[in-house]
Amino acid sequence: MEPLSNKRKVLESKPLNLLERAYLPAIAKGLSITIKHFFKKPVTISYPEEKREFSENFRGMHSLKRDENGKERCTACGLCALSCPAEAITMTAAERQKGEEHLYREEKYAAVYEINMLRCIFCGLCEEACPKEAIYLDGDIVPSDYLRKDFIYGKDKLVEAPLNQ
Amino acid sequence: MEVTDILIKFTLIVIIFAISLVVAMYSTYAERKLAAFFQDRVGPNRAGPWGILQPLADGGKMFLKEEIIPKNATPFLFIVGPSLAIFTACIGSAVIPWGQQLTIGSTVIDLQVTDINVGILYIFGVVSLGVYGIMIGGWASNNKYSLLGAIRAASQNISYEISMGLSIIALIMVTGTMSLGDIASQQHGFWADGWFSWNFFKQPLGFLLFIVCAFAETNRSPFDLPECETELVGGYHTEYSSMKLGFYLFAEYINMFISSAVMATLYFGGYNYPFMDLVSSAAGTNVAAILGVVLLFGKIFGFIFFFMWIRWTIPRFRYDQLMDLGWKTLIPLAIANIIITGLWMTFIRG
Repeated sequence: MEPLSNKRKVLESKPLNLLERAYLPAIAKGLSITIKHFFKKPVTISYPEEKREFSENFRGMHSLKRDENGKERCTACGLCALSCPAEAITMTAAERQKGEEHLYREEKYAAVYEINMLRCIFCGLCEEACPKEAIYLDGDIVPSDYLRKDFIYGKDKLVEAPLNQ
Repeated sequence: MEVTDILIKFTLIVIIFAISLVVAMYSTYAERKLAAFFQDRVGPNRAGPWGILQPLADGGKMFLKEEIIPKNATPFLFIVGPSLAIFTACIGSAVIPWGQQLTIGSTVIDLQVTDINVGILYIFGVVSLGVYGIMIGGWASNNKYSLLGAIRAASQNISYEISMGLSIIALIMVTGTMSLGDIASQQHGFWADGWFSWNFFKQPLGFLLFIVCAFAETNRSPFDLPECETELVGGYHTEYSSMKLGFYLFAEYINMFISSAVMATLYFGGYNYPFMDLVSSAAGTNVAAILGVVLLFGKIFGFIFFFMWIRWTIPRFRYDQLMDLGWKTLIPLAIANIIITGLWMTFIRG
């Protein structure tokens, strides 16, 4: 058969010679390898104190964005929920009442917006589907918890903090 | 024996006992730390600065853990096992010469608890008793895996004790004595009879055989088959919990310390170091003796480091390979070493 690459190496098993059977040279070689590592710098990152920098396209926890006036961008169109392959997003839409114009950007908004973090696979399709640039996966790692119900994140955890007055 | 003699011996025993325990304690810490360094990690660093209180934390945890004795185990033997293991590990230190004599006023303090003239045989006797601890513990657990581990330990120890004994015979032929004190003092100086004075240079093959057997006797990797987790769950200590398990693990570290001390004494000059006489004439015999003790401990720690270095390098043997190595390689080599030593002593040294 034609080799696919030039990386193929034919293995042959021949009986060990005396030096190899004596086993000691191999041990010495192994010891020299481990002692080299003994003097290397540890690669450990002491996690709680020290955090590893994520790459720029890291996808972490979701956040629902506000616009430049501090209004919520989300209009509860449902495209994110529709695009979600894991079906982790649910929402309930509501109509904006009088006096709430400073809170929501358009007449329709998400009264309830929930992401089940146990189902989310952090694929980023919601981010891509959103026509209003309202959802981004730009947060940290989702923290651990003890109960399954605590992994359903509502608007209290998802919406960005309001702008400073 | 006078009262002061008894007091001195008693203090010495207590000090040596305490030292072996502390060394064993910190060997567990060193083991974890070295393992980390060999694997590019940091290792324990939470308890105290650099984690140096880790052994205390481990000990406290061991004592506070729930103690379980299996329902169908033999309770008496179940407790005797670990006790025997740690007891036999500790008493080996009695015949090791830790240093030369100290002179305080008119009292001469021998830094060796007792210099019996069959020192090596005593060590061998104690070491072979150690397997009873494992055997009884494994048997009393009433667990097939424990029993298998114990049987492995017994057969392994017996097999390697033969080649260990044979490798020592060549050494005894060279030194002409079985007293560890005499063997240590014979290696005094730097150069004697056209040789470096340490026995290692006269018996390199013997030392190699001895150190391989010492690994097997202390059940250290790559010969840690009695406790291999993948095949036997935990081996002979599967059923043990809390401090009884702690004693087994502790006994292994004390054994390692004692066998390092024996190796340093037999082959690496014990407390002797080159130009010892110059030091003792310049700074007094006491200073020279204390420096000797310090250097002996340096050698011992070197061996302990080597034990751990090997552990994190070489994978575990398969059981039949272990037996092959013991019976088909080490014993013939040890016998060849005896013959070569005999020929050398008869025809060359004269």
